[in-house]
Amino acid sequence: MNPKDIFELLKKEIGDQALELVEKEYHDPFIVVRANSIVETCLVLRDDPNTLFDYLVNLSGVDDKDKFVVVYHLYSLKHRHRIVLKVYLDRENPHIPTVERVWRSANWHEREAYDMFGIVFDGHSDLRRILCPYDWEGHPLRKDYKTPDYYKGIKVPL
Amino acid sequence: MESLNFVYDLLGKNIVAYILLALLPMAFLLPYALVAILGELKISAWIQERLGPMRTGWKGVLQPIAEVVKLLQKEDITPAAVNKPLFNLAPFVMFAGAYAAYAVIPFSSKFVPVNINIGLFYVFAISAFGVIAIVMGGWASNNKYSLLGAMRAAAQMISYEIPIAVAILAIATLAGSLDMQEIIYKQGGGFWNWNIFGGPGAITKIWVIPFTVTLFLIYFIGSLAETNRVPFDIPEGESEIVAGYHTEYSGMKFAMFFFAEYSNMFIVSAIITILFLGGWQSPFGNFLNGPVWQAFWFVSKAMLFVFLQIWLRWTLPRLRVDQLMYVTWKVMLPIAFVAFFAVALWAMIQ
Amino acid sequence: MSETKTFEIDFGKVYSERMRLNVGPQHPSTHGVLRLEVELEGEVVTEIVPHIGYLHRCFEKHAENVTYPQVIPYIDRMDYISSMNNEFPYVLGMEKLLGIEVPEKVQYIRVICAELNRIANHQIAIATFGLDSGAFTPFLYYFRDREMIITLFEKLSGGRLLYNYFWIGGLMHDVHPTFAEDCLEIVKQVRKTNDEALDLLMYNKIFVERTANIGILPADVAINYGCSGPVLRGSGVPYDLRKVEPYSIYDKFDFDVVVGKGEMGTLGDCWDRNIVRVREIYESCKIIEQAIEQMPKEPCDVRQAVPKRIKPPVGEFYCRAENPKGELGFYIISDGSPKPTRVRARATSFVNLSVLPEISKGYMIADLIMILGSLDIVLGEIDR
Repeated sequence: MNPKDIFELLKKEIGDQALELVEKEYHDPFIVVRANSIVETCLVLRDDPNTLFDYLVNLSGVDDKDKFVVVYHLYSLKHRHRIVLKVYLDRENPHIPTVERVWRSANWHEREAYDMFGIVFDGHSDLRRILCPYDWEGHPLRKDYKTPDYYKGIKVPL
Repeated sequence: MESLNFVYDLLGKNIVAYILLALLPMAFLLPYALVAILGELKISAWIQERLGPMRTGWKGVLQPIAEVVKLLQKEDITPAAVNKPLFNLAPFVMFAGAYAAYAVIPFSSKFVPVNINIGLFYVFAISAFGVIAIVMGGWASNNKYSLLGAMRAAAQMISYEIPIAVAILAIATLAGSLDMQEIIYKQGGGFWNWNIFGGPGAITKIWVIPFTVTLFLIYFIGSLAETNRVPFDIPEGESEIVAGYHTEYSGMKFAMFFFAEYSNMFIVSAIITILFLGGWQSPFGNFLNGPVWQAFWFVSKAMLFVFLQIWLRWTLPRLRVDQLMYVTWKVMLPIAFVAFFAVALWAMIQ
Repeated sequence: MSETKTFEIDFGKVYSERMRLNVGPQHPSTHGVLRLEVELEGEVVTEIVPHIGYLHRCFEKHAENVTYPQVIPYIDRMDYISSMNNEFPYVLGMEKLLGIEVPEKVQYIRVICAELNRIANHQIAIATFGLDSGAFTPFLYYFRDREMIITLFEKLSGGRLLYNYFWIGGLMHDVHPTFAEDCLEIVKQVRKTNDEALDLLMYNKIFVERTANIGILPADVAINYGCSGPVLRGSGVPYDLRKVEPYSIYDKFDFDVVVGKGEMGTLGDCWDRNIVRVREIYESCKIIEQAIEQMPKEPCDVRQAVPKRIKPPVGEFYCRAENPKGELGFYIISDGSPKPTRVRARATSFVNLSVLPEISKGYMIADLIMILGSLDIVLGEIDR
């Protein structure tokens, strides 16, 4: 299926929760989805026999200056097609339901996004930091992140 | 029977002779350990297409001495959280057990430190000492890996003593004695009379040979487990439980464990030689069978098994602990019993 | 955390307590600084929590602060066992974004280097897996051969582990004159050692006992966990990006996708995952031989397409390639400046490791080490 058909399918299944399909030059085609309906969207995409996106390739958090973006790269091993989902989140209070129940691989990806951007995945089974130490303060990949001068009394070299 | 001990012949039975007798195995053990360590290094290198140590002395022959010196001058660390008395005692118990077994090993018809008539039983009992030392060291280390190693060692060594005991029993039945010199004397007159070939007897003994060979293999496999060598080095298992019971040991105390391991390797090889390969008997009957030649034959046969152990170590992977138990209880033990009955039957007919 | 169980037995009360054991970060078989918090009931693993991040070097943060070509050395340091393969998806993706056509010879050299590095990586994977089971000798056989590959890479790039050899639009240098002969010699030696390892290690009875029916990973679980590479193919899923969506010039070669078949036990056990690696070495040898045959012989300026100044258009894309360990992808966002806005690495080992708690419960601690070894992780890539 090409991205247009997938978008049509989503429109049919979840209505206006699927906001738009963007096909631009130099961009992988992506579909923008509302945060609240992400689990529903993913379930539709995973289970519909025409899409069967059974493989979550990648889940990344992105700091887009005024918004946070969570990007889902999906792939279907059967149909060998792919699609990108994007969810824009509020900078102040980034919350999004977890898709851990849909694809288990999301577990660690979501933990990483939480660690690096502070995006909270509601319903996640084990939302802890994953790469930074458990007592680290701040979320390093945010664009406004300031590197601390000291960590536990050790000077941070720059 | 003539005197069994050249030391008594020379000095008479006095305190000097006793001390000399106690030290003589050590005079053998120290050079042996150096040779065995060098063997381990060079044989492994040979198997793995490397050169091995080459810098210390000619072709690196002095490497074991360098290693011993290194271990001696290393700091002796006793971790703070250990149970100090037991922690410090364990390596010595281990080594004492390994060394005490030498008391009854007959190197030649003219030399056995103590000739007691239950020599086999004694060796068997004393080898259980090692288990105590390992459990002691493993528990006292206050380290979970060491504890796991100690538990594995206890389970493994106690289980493997049973098929070994059956094999020993079968040979004792065949020879009609637990006295090692007696067992060896019975196997005189050429390699055809060795116990691995059913002991001395008429040509009809041919049917018992498969059983004695089986017992020999069972004893050899069991002895690998007794000495914690690959494929049964589960108590150490450096890739799973780091180094098992001696994780926390360093310097001299580690060297003691190490030394005891090599010493045990020789003990089990010596026992297997005595039980199955005619001990110090020359393979050619009375040809080259003088007391010094006997010592030569004995040590060569034993070293052959030391070599085999080293060879296996660098070839095989390690078993898992439950598979090891399976092998003992469900494979080796029934087979050992069958072989034992066959051998006992043969001994009875004779 | 430990839970106390009480049994009522005739001779009084017996307590059994579960033991919490820290495997790592300084454990000989965690393949790096991985820490596994393991709960044991006797020797049986009842719970396992991986803790990672001990080798975190802020790759993604670094990448946002350097220019596009400067990202490549950082990528080298992710999966430091197979640096050439790491560079491949990034370079390909950037070329697609910039619209660069690289010369044909460069394509061939890249494929040969990537396949040689795949061999080197699989050799380490099999060798250390053998080492985990206590077989020391195959380890040294494989390292002897890997040395030849590394020496070849040293001739190409000057580095023995971290190459920075693939550039956006070309290569660092052209190959040396005896490159083709060197490769063929390596291929010959690699095949010989592999045959030996099959006998010495893979079909060894003890090794089969240790690995067959251990750590069974069914195909649907593997897909759901996003596993890729030999871990996924070991479960019988023929998913290899070189075949599924051939990048670079992989469509010109004839090779097979190796999948596990459950020969020694159940499909998707440790033995299957490992045999896939052993057989993939043969496939890589085939690709190298074909590539050397087809490669243009005359020297070529490998830097002719390298752009002087890299300022890509605004865009974002996900580029991926088949790393020896699985699918390595980069999600790159460009805002039109010479530095990337975001580089997100989809690290193969990171995803493959996340399946460990799922497949190692109920096995013994010795099996846990084997399962971990069969996943073939590199902590440099997990922690980035």
